[in-house]
Amino acid sequence: MTATPLIVYADVGKIFAGRGAERVVAVHDVSLEVAEGEFLAIVGGSGSGKTTLLRLANRLIEADRGRITVEGEDVRALDPVLLRRRIGYVFQSGALFPHISVAGNIGVTPKLLGWPAEEISARVDELLELVRLGKSHRDRLPHELSGGQRQRVGVARALAAKPRIVLMDEPFGALDPLTRDGLRDDYRALHDKLALTTVMITHDMAEALLLADRIAVMHAGKLLALGTPAELSKSDDAYVAELLRTPRREAERLNALLPRDGAA
Amino acid sequence: MSLFSDARWGEALTHLNDYLGNHVRVSVTALALGLVISFPLAIAARNRPLFRNLLLTLASIVQTVPGLALLALFYPLLLALTSMTMAWFGFGFSAFGFLPAVLALALYSMLPVLRNTITGLNGVDPALLEAAQGVGMTPSQSLFTVELPLALPVIMAGIRTSAVWVIGTATLSTPIGQTSLGNYIFAGLQTQNWVFVLFGCLAAAVLALAVDQLLALIENGLRNRSRVRAALGALGIAALILATLVPTLARPPSSYIVGAKTFAEQYVLSALIAERLRAAGFSASSREGLGSSVIFDALAANDVDVYIDYSGTLWLNQFHRTDMLPREQLLDELKAILAKQNITLFGELGFENAYALVMPKQRADALGIHSIADLASHAGTMSIAGDYEFFSRPEWAALKGAYGLSFRTQRTMQPDFMYAAVASGEVDVIAGYTSDGLIAKYDLTVLDDPKHAIPPYDAIVLLAPKRAHDQALQAALKPLLGKVDISDMRAANLRASGNDAASSPDAVARWLWDRIEKH
Repeated sequence: MTATPLIVYADVGKIFAGRGAERVVAVHDVSLEVAEGEFLAIVGGSGSGKTTLLRLANRLIEADRGRITVEGEDVRALDPVLLRRRIGYVFQSGALFPHISVAGNIGVTPKLLGWPAEEISARVDELLELVRLGKSHRDRLPHELSGGQRQRVGVARALAAKPRIVLMDEPFGALDPLTRDGLRDDYRALHDKLALTTVMITHDMAEALLLADRIAVMHAGKLLALGTPAELSKSDDAYVAELLRTPRREAERLNALLPRDGAA
Repeated sequence: MSLFSDARWGEALTHLNDYLGNHVRVSVTALALGLVISFPLAIAARNRPLFRNLLLTLASIVQTVPGLALLALFYPLLLALTSMTMAWFGFGFSAFGFLPAVLALALYSMLPVLRNTITGLNGVDPALLEAAQGVGMTPSQSLFTVELPLALPVIMAGIRTSAVWVIGTATLSTPIGQTSLGNYIFAGLQTQNWVFVLFGCLAAAVLALAVDQLLALIENGLRNRSRVRAALGALGIAALILATLVPTLARPPSSYIVGAKTFAEQYVLSALIAERLRAAGFSASSREGLGSSVIFDALAANDVDVYIDYSGTLWLNQFHRTDMLPREQLLDELKAILAKQNITLFGELGFENAYALVMPKQRADALGIHSIADLASHAGTMSIAGDYEFFSRPEWAALKGAYGLSFRTQRTMQPDFMYAAVASGEVDVIAGYTSDGLIAKYDLTVLDDPKHAIPPYDAIVLLAPKRAHDQALQAALKPLLGKVDISDMRAANLRASGNDAASSPDAVARWLWDRIEKH
């Protein structure tokens, strides 16, 4: 892992207008750097501001204050549409366009970028291979796929235009445990193989611990803690400790319940 | 004769090409115009709640206006507009028939398209809108590649509703001069030709159903992403439009258009004129079921070449004159007024269709009543019936004033029932129409009007400005002038009110011409 930060949040704040005069502070003065090649997980409950923080990076949401840079450029100086085309985005449960074939969904960003048709087609084949879906899926419509297959297409769509950065919004939340596990491992392998920089949000601390290099813990719009799993375990913050307690206890109980005999 | 072997089915069928073709033409144009207007409006309004509510409210208000009234309102509106463009830019357009029908129907078609387009677009899953934005689409790329395709099935459902409404409502465009399947219905209602009414309703229903089913096929294809079904539906629609339009377009336009108002006598007389023109070697077609003021304006604007009006109607209703002149003087004066609008009063047919006080002949003879003056002394013990408008018309006020009439009771009645009522003694006197065939049928007598309180209602032939010097036309119609006497017209009207094949306007017109030739 090199030390060059690819995404930098500096004193970033976002306030949403609530009902009437009410103001909801979604993100409160967050500073955060994501290094090139890093896999960062942002963990928090609902309303913690984690989704807002993610979307500020590709300007799906505009920051009110502070400064965000992507690959060294201030995002405010970039055309948001062009910015989004160079950052991959994996949505919750896929969000594939239901009227467009698998190939069309995967090739959507290259098409917007004006790639030639043959190049897009070749890239689609390459990606289907990469996310371990057969070429036979090319012309299927999303409703003909299983949930896991749909999210594989979602990942392929995010990678299509060869982005250096991928943002993931609870990508594995809606999948059954076996599918989820397979997909997580496959994605982590892709992340390493393609030297991606990934920011993933999740409410599942266990998932974050298993997948990410570093974990950012968000609570009530504030960044409570940031570090590797080992660093986090030393945190004296009560909320962080509570977040870690659950996977730890589960792991202990599972170990006790499922003893490995050591038999061959 | 059974219902289905009735010869009038065959006669109805001969008009089908013309009526159906025109019906499809006006419906398709109106629908297309409605779509072209509603679509961008709906897209612009979908994210603006205030604009959206305003738009839907306006469209709903339009929808509450009865179709007939909406169509009728567009006629004077366009008439005013054309006189404005004429004054300002030196050109006008025809406010008659096609244009007002298309505009009114287009307006009528807008609500379902607007509502469904907005509902369809707003119903697209917000996660997909985010995804479209997230993969790098601009708002218009998102609209055209994601939102519209996903909303299309709902939009198509709106187009279907609108198509059925427009096809149904287009039958009401007959009175403003647009030929449609409504011609069957209006003609049938006026001449009690139930076969025509039924035929018109069936044809409109079949057309609406066919279009609805083809659009349903397209909708189904879009919903299930089946290109084959969508293409089949689109082909069907195209074939339907072509099949109904080609025969109408291939036919050379008629050289003469004969107008007719909305009652049986007018249908017979326009058939008579059209037949005379054809006998003279011209092509002629009838534009029937036109409203009284529509037909006069259409003639003045050269949209109709010739029609029969009544001197008293023009005097009172068109020119709002309240003074009463003797017959000849009134005709002369009318001729002069019409000439100012370049309309030719070509001549009188020879009979009057005026309001008149009518009572059974025997009773009148027994009481020694021959004129309205004789009636005055008996009126206090008698009852009188008239049609819906008679008692509020100037003729009634004039009659009361001139003869000091004061009846015991007065009732309003449906004209068809009035004659039977007076014949049976249910009422003593009725305000009937002098050329009505039922006067002879029930052996009634028309009381004289020695003080000329009721203006003359001579049937007169009016020619459009562009026909003022048309010698051939005038030569063809000359034999009719002064030749249609009141007893023949009554007999013709009585025939036309029958409910069999011999009562069609064309058949009665041929019978009437035979009578005229024998004189």
